[in-house]
Amino acid sequence: MSDMIEAKHLVFRYPAEIGEDGKPAAQNEPILKDVSLSIERGSFTAILGHNGSGKSTFAKHINAILLPEEGTVLVDGMDTRDESKLFDIRQKAGMVFQNPDNQIVATIVEEDVAFAPENLGVEPQEIRRRVDEALHTVGMYEYRNHAPSQLSGGQKQRVAIAGVIAMQPDCIVLDEPTAMLDPQGREEVIETIHRLNREQGITIVLITHYMEEAAQADRVVVIDGGKVVLDDVPAKVFSQVDRMKALGLDVPQVTELAWELRQAGYDISPEIITEDACLAALERLLQM
Amino acid sequence: MAILTTEGLTYTYSAGTPFEKTAVDHVDLCIEDNTMCGVIGHTGSGKSTLMQHFNGLLKPTSGKVLVEGQDIWADKKKLRDVRFRVGLVFQYPEYQLFEETVYKDIAFGPRNMGLSDDEIRHRVLETAQALGLTKDMLERSPFALSGGQKRRAAIAGVMAMRPKVLILDEPCAGLDPKGRALMLQQIRDYQRKSQSTVLLVSHSMEDVAEFTDKLLVMSKAKLFCYDDTPKVFRRAEELRALGLRVPQIASVMDELRRRGYEIPLDLYTVEKARDALLPLLRKGAV
Repeated sequence: MSDMIEAKHLVFRYPAEIGEDGKPAAQNEPILKDVSLSIERGSFTAILGHNGSGKSTFAKHINAILLPEEGTVLVDGMDTRDESKLFDIRQKAGMVFQNPDNQIVATIVEEDVAFAPENLGVEPQEIRRRVDEALHTVGMYEYRNHAPSQLSGGQKQRVAIAGVIAMQPDCIVLDEPTAMLDPQGREEVIETIHRLNREQGITIVLITHYMEEAAQADRVVVIDGGKVVLDDVPAKVFSQVDRMKALGLDVPQVTELAWELRQAGYDISPEIITEDACLAALERLLQM
Repeated sequence: MAILTTEGLTYTYSAGTPFEKTAVDHVDLCIEDNTMCGVIGHTGSGKSTLMQHFNGLLKPTSGKVLVEGQDIWADKKKLRDVRFRVGLVFQYPEYQLFEETVYKDIAFGPRNMGLSDDEIRHRVLETAQALGLTKDMLERSPFALSGGQKRRAAIAGVMAMRPKVLILDEPCAGLDPKGRALMLQQIRDYQRKSQSTVLLVSHSMEDVAEFTDKLLVMSKAKLFCYDDTPKVFRRAEELRALGLRVPQIASVMDELRRRGYEIPLDLYTVEKARDALLPLLRKGAV
């Protein structure tokens, strides 16, 4: 079976702005210079990069909001440039954005979740079933008759995720879904997407600025200057503390502490990315 | 000296309708001058509503707000003056830029204060420099700047009024880790240099841990506490119950202490944890 997402030598630039004389100004530099990346079915991938690195631009290629200038993007084997496949691609790969208020369209939670399947022409009884199931999955069923405006940020994002699940996608791309949330809201959203990945095998692509969230993924991809510069399991990526900082990124606090102690000459693994691993390593050092 | 005081401050939205909701409930606070204070609380805890009272954008349903000891609602004519003394920067302030050049945008507030051209110029240049905006940027359209630069231009416009209290609502939202660290450092430096009070509203426990002296914690419309930052982070369990957290490093250090190691209190940044651990490790067994 093909990979969920396959980008080959992807190049993209935003169109030049129109100058005062009505003619386009000089061409922009490509924001994606040569991105080749395959994302396996059922995997959980985090994408990191500083502001302007091109990571969101890449994400928008996955469900054909943007189309490649050069190279190709295949979603479940379908070329995103094939207009006849547009609906199928968007149904396969759903997107969740940063600001929950920009992606809620209805005045009642369950109507919002029903929006996408309605547009896909799903039968009414089937819509009912999918909406209920999606709301149960994200833990928002009790709120089905609430107005979205009465919900917290984390609850709104879970409703947005339910709206995507109701399309029965194979893959969900989330572009900084937790940036505007409080700590508890952040945990709710992250737990929800891990559950979808684990229990339903949905492929997850998570773009984030929170290193602790990326540390929980199967794989971390770092984009810089429009190219993939690091691509490995989280422990291997975060163990490169200097490199990550040079890329304008960070590492989890526990990784940084381990790195500091290593610099001071102590024998501690550079690949510590969880609190539990950090605790175990510190206990071992303290007992020596 | 107290710069900002509230007495029984209460605010109810849509009073007398079915949507009535008390967003701030009997808050008594006293914030000193020359303080870097973090403001934390879950979504809907009342932090933003409380902040909007500090410069008179909202009028208390009951209770008082005092700036430098004066009730800001005692004389409505002085309210304009309060807005010069207490500056409020909303979330995503870059959406509020409007002038032709960055210079004019930053100068807008000081000009409204009736300052001389020389003084305005001095303040614009000083503030721009403090936030890392170069001279050539000042002559450009604010819309030609990058996201982080736009955000700085918008914050500079309020800083240039030299308010006694500067309130920043999530100034780092959407910035990458490096941009975030730089912005916080610049805010911290501004606070030290101006010796004013800065209120930093944030959802990031790591950020407030590293950059603030005091924390104001709101929960369910009430003031949960206003105390020194280290003392607040000692209350990890209570914070968790409020939908908040402590920084990752603080939970690791707390857990080591629970397991019987003699780890000092108040280690909630990587730097502090390292400095405390190194002597312990050197000693060998604890």
